Amino acid sequence: MTADELTITVLPGTTKSGAKERFDRVDIRPGDTISIVGPTGSGKTALINDIEVFAQGDTVTGRRILVNGELPPESFVRDPSQKPIAMITQHTKCLADLSVRQFLDMHVRARKNAVPQIAEEAVALANRFTGEKVAGDDRMSSLSGGQTRSLLIADSVLISGAPILLLDEIENAGIYKDEVIKYLRGVNKAVLFVTHDPYISLLSDRRIVMRGGEVTQILVPGDSEKKALGIVAEADALLSGLRERIRSGETLKEAV
Amino acid sequence: MVRLIVVAGPPSTGKTTVIRRIIEHVRGTSKVAYLKVDVTCAFEDEELSAEFGIPTKKIYSGDLCPDHMGIMVIEDALGWAEDEGADILIYESAGLCLRCTPYITSSLGVCVLSSMAGTHAPLKMAPMIALADVAVVTKVDLVSQAEKEVFRENIREVSPGMDIVESNAVQGTGLRYLLKRVDELASIGEGEIVKLRGMPPLGVCTVCIGKTDIGWQNHFGVIRRLKDADNIYRGE
Ligand SMILES: Nc1nc2c(ncn2[C@@H]2O[C@H](COP(=O)(O)OP(=O)(O)OP(=O)(O)O)[C@@H](O)[C@H]2O)c(=O)[nH]1
Ligand SMILES: Nc1ncnc2c1ncn2[C@@H]1O[C@H](COP(=O)(O)OP(=O)(O)OP(=O)(O)O)[C@@H](O)[C@H]1O
Ligand SMILES: [Mg+2]
Ligand SMILES: [Mg+2]
Ligand SMILES: [Zn+2]
Repeated sequence: MTADELTITVLPGTTKSGAKERFDRVDIRPGDTISIVGPTGSGKTALINDIEVFAQGDTVTGRRILVNGELPPESFVRDPSQKPIAMITQHTKCLADLSVRQFLDMHVRARKNAVPQIAEEAVALANRFTGEKVAGDDRMSSLSGGQTRSLLIADSVLISGAPILLLDEIENAGIYKDEVIKYLRGVNKAVLFVTHDPYISLLSDRRIVMRGGEVTQILVPGDSEKKALGIVAEADALLSGLRERIRSGETLKEAV
Repeated sequence: MVRLIVVAGPPSTGKTTVIRRIIEHVRGTSKVAYLKVDVTCAFEDEELSAEFGIPTKKIYSGDLCPDHMGIMVIEDALGWAEDEGADILIYESAGLCLRCTPYITSSLGVCVLSSMAGTHAPLKMAPMIALADVAVVTKVDLVSQAEKEVFRENIREVSPGMDIVESNAVQGTGLRYLLKRVDELASIGEGEIVKLRGMPPLGVCTVCIGKTDIGWQNHFGVIRRLKDADNIYRGE
């Protein structure tokens, strides 16, 4: 089975109050961009946790996850180097006191089939996702939140080769979200964003809406939100610009 | 007869957290008793008894190696669990001694390791891992994919065939294969002789009995000099 034919299916479980979830199924295919939205505590993280562990009715939600319509092979579930899914959260860190290059090389060595120059490509890719440049000899521990997230995404895509990425609330980290989405679509990776960010939500092809531990809606807005997307993109660019100016020590006396 | 689960692992790696998940999994069908052996201080007995209403016990080893202590008392503990009407006894070790292993035959030996301990950690606690049946790696929610993979490789280096289970133990994710081993565990046979797995290291020196002088010249039993690695027995 190649990554290009991988379909992950989420089957319904129960809500927080124990009722049956009413959605039919969610299929995740290469190149898909899906956002997961809903109030705090509505079960967004629980949903991507289900996907990450290939739940079989054995998590709090009772959901089941299929791979190409069948039970996932045991190696997918158990061996992180075989697993087609990489999850990055706000808490995901590199603990070791290594340089960026040493960190990536360590990962390349653990992956017997990876080629060494891929570490350099990963640094270059990370730099497409973040404004603050990452250098090979930077210490991992000195990277900013945005640099770390960017590097971990690049690492998951290039060195792990994971066809599916789960990103839990990484929007505050200050990465170029549109770059990340554009790139992942281009290389046919599926990505699920747990997000409170309107821009990421509108950039996604599909939007899963959650409440009370339940998937309540699966929206495919298509072109109907095109106008809103334009406005949100402008607002997002405006805010990003302001953020940069504030960061660099400006006072915003001029009307913005 | 009782089914015995021995949970070992360094301090604060998540042993009790994993045990909570095991208790939640089996409580519908089995009665669990819990024993904690620690050196000077432990709270788990009160916590778990309040949370799950199960019989619990703790015992402090003081100046004895807590694993040695466990070996001494585990037979009594099996009897106690039986008297309490328990089907499963879970014994949580203090996990302080990286030479000794508390696993015994006819039990499920679970070694709990924290991915937060750094990727070299498995190499430093080889005996504790190698004689276990399952290695549970906790706190995978906190570390990078790269480190998770390297951690696993290092466990494999210590013990190539090890059954490794990665988990966010607080959420209980990923524990499916551990719980399967728990379900499959048979009870200790009637009259079966249960023994320690593997030989514990011989580790008696005069430091063990409380002599605080430094320098090998001031001790006897198993002693070491810096320049040679062989054991020297100095007698009196
Ligand atoms: N994020 C995270 N925290 C964890 C995980 N497992 C355990 N913890 C936390 O780590 C701390 C220590 O966990 P315990 O289960 O008490 O560890 P222990 O090994 O029983 O500790 P001792 O018996 O004192 O040696 C607690 O605060 C747990 O909530 C995990 O998988 N992820
Ligand atoms: N279907 C469900 N059944 C039972 N419990 C659930 C269900 N879904 C989620 N939960 C539990 O509800 C709590 C909150 O869920 P979760 O952390 O996934 O929320 P969230 O949407 O990610 O919130 P936030 O936006 O604050 O991160 C968790 O303890 C989770 O285990
Ligand atoms: Mg969340
Ligand atoms: Mg404990
Ligand atoms: Zn010992």
